[in-house]
Amino acid sequence: MADTINQFLGLDVGSWFGYVVTSLIHCALLLQVVAVGALVFIWMERKIAGRIQDRLGPTRVGGRFGWLQTLADGLKLITKEDLIPADADRMLFKLAPYVAFMASFSAFLALPFADGWVGQHVNTAVFFVLAVLGLEVFGVILAGYSSGSKWSLFGAIREAAQVVSYEVPLGLCVVVPVFLCGTMNLVTIANKQAGLFTNWLVFHDPFTFCTFWVYFTCATASVNRAPFDLAEAESELVAGFHTEYSGLRWSFFFMAEYGSMFLVSGLATLLFFGGWHGPIPLFGPQMLDWAYAPGGADWALSGYLANLAGCTNFILKAVVGVIFMIWIRWTFPRLRIDQVITTCLKYCVPIAAVCFLGALVWEAMDIPSPNNLNLMSGQPSSTVREHWVLPQKPPATDEKTTPPAESGKPVAMKQSLRPANATLANHRPGQPEPLTQGGDQ
Amino acid sequence: MMLLAAFPLYDFLFMLFAIMACGFAVGVLFSTNIVRMAFYLVISLGSTAGLFFLAGAEFVGAMQLMIYVGGTMVLLIFGVMLTAQERFISLQASGRDWILGLIAGSALLLLLLNAAFSVPKWTADRPTDTLAVDQSKTATPLGLALAGVRADKLGADEKLQPGMSGYLLPFVIVSIHLLIVLIGAAYMARTKRKQVVTNPEPTGGSAD
Repeated sequence: MADTINQFLGLDVGSWFGYVVTSLIHCALLLQVVAVGALVFIWMERKIAGRIQDRLGPTRVGGRFGWLQTLADGLKLITKEDLIPADADRMLFKLAPYVAFMASFSAFLALPFADGWVGQHVNTAVFFVLAVLGLEVFGVILAGYSSGSKWSLFGAIREAAQVVSYEVPLGLCVVVPVFLCGTMNLVTIANKQAGLFTNWLVFHDPFTFCTFWVYFTCATASVNRAPFDLAEAESELVAGFHTEYSGLRWSFFFMAEYGSMFLVSGLATLLFFGGWHGPIPLFGPQMLDWAYAPGGADWALSGYLANLAGCTNFILKAVVGVIFMIWIRWTFPRLRIDQVITTCLKYCVPIAAVCFLGALVWEAMDIPSPNNLNLMSGQPSSTVREHWVLPQKPPATDEKTTPPAESGKPVAMKQSLRPANATLANHRPGQPEPLTQGGDQ
Repeated sequence: MMLLAAFPLYDFLFMLFAIMACGFAVGVLFSTNIVRMAFYLVISLGSTAGLFFLAGAEFVGAMQLMIYVGGTMVLLIFGVMLTAQERFISLQASGRDWILGLIAGSALLLLLLNAAFSVPKWTADRPTDTLAVDQSKTATPLGLALAGVRADKLGADEKLQPGMSGYLLPFVIVSIHLLIVLIGAAYMARTKRKQVVTNPEPTGGSAD
């Protein structure tokens, strides 16, 4: 895409200008996902909460289902006074909502929405998403501390204890799909589950099935949702870390929260539910054969449509995850802080560890699983798995560099790992790795 | 348009991240509020992660974010918990602390500068037009090196091979060290229970 823009403007291929424009477009699109997503999810939360509590929820604003309610609320929030308590640390108090929102938003940069449709190709995307998502708690702690209120500080300290604890089982759960696929690249992990729904990693073996539920519990806790929303705990701490916030700053915390919900659901979709590969491989080689071949072809209308459908599929699955979280929130009572930590350390960590070992043994002993059967799979697993076998010969020197014209994005520094990288990549057939910026239009 | 093409974007980004990292590091030094210090430290470390991302080392960058920035968070919590006497803690370094800090810091700086300029490969001019994109950034060689295989040294001399056999032993030593530190921290931070015998609460009698 960067090259297309450069050609349109009459610049050299590989000029930075197209790259900057491309990244701006990507950021704007992802901002839409977060902001519009929050609008829709808040409306959904109200409707679902209403139905669960045997009432209607919003009905008036914007027609029949009250679907403009959130927009009206947003307008109301903009007009509210932006209060800063006299005791607050002004700078940190002002910055904290943006820190939380930035963390949630930045993690979207590495989240693929379809084959090749990703803000920035990150080879270790799983790790990147988890690392950046972990920063969100920093905004919450800053908010709680800088408010100069005891309720806020209590909420912040609780949140810190909770998130630090829950990152351990969350990481253990995420490792399971990573070693089953042999890569941390989210695009590859999703592509490896192409085909019928039996290829989804959640159905790989009983241990991955358990892992998914542990992951979902920990993800719910790490995005600070009920029954783990001790940082807010409105029945004990007024409103927890955002007690002192009002207006638009307050709403930034909620955009961050709903963005993170979508993010962890999307991550679950990619890791366990095949990402954009639906229950039926409609666009796969067996049925319509519209999807891009692995390894990347030129732009084609059929491939674009297949990606569009895949993107919709992915978003639908992630939204189902969000709905599931909403359902949990309005059904379960809030845990106490000791119960939260007990759930993590006494249950989630051991279960995750056992599932990790079990899945490892299952894979190592080659016990048959629905994945091995490759029912209607477009890509046999051998073509996708990253090769771990090292070459016997040192790589030839001319393989080290790729011409800049191929890429459009020069990197200013050399890596000492380059030779090994280049060789490993060349030994990896059928990888979607040639999907550069040109692929995500 | 030609002006645009001549603009050194990557140098600009490098300078931006580098200035942010250094500037906020100085901010840590001159701030007296412990939470602001932690905030500046997070921005400084985050900018360093940005430098790693700019260099194409995504795994190291994400590692930087996860370990250092996450570690700062824990540091912040412990700092607030252990030093909080009033609402906003102010840390004033005494003159003696400044002198000690200056000695330790400048010694480390001298060592690092000396090391950086003693590598001839780093000081030599490099042709900038041959820089190319590394499309296959992957953490696999890093993981292999940690497990004992240096993928980038496979072409080395046969006799030298055993000397470059990866980082398995240091990795294990460091992890055991960290585990001991972790247990020690948990021991120090635990609730000190007093040996007070309380009257047993009547159980099950709360129905009335």
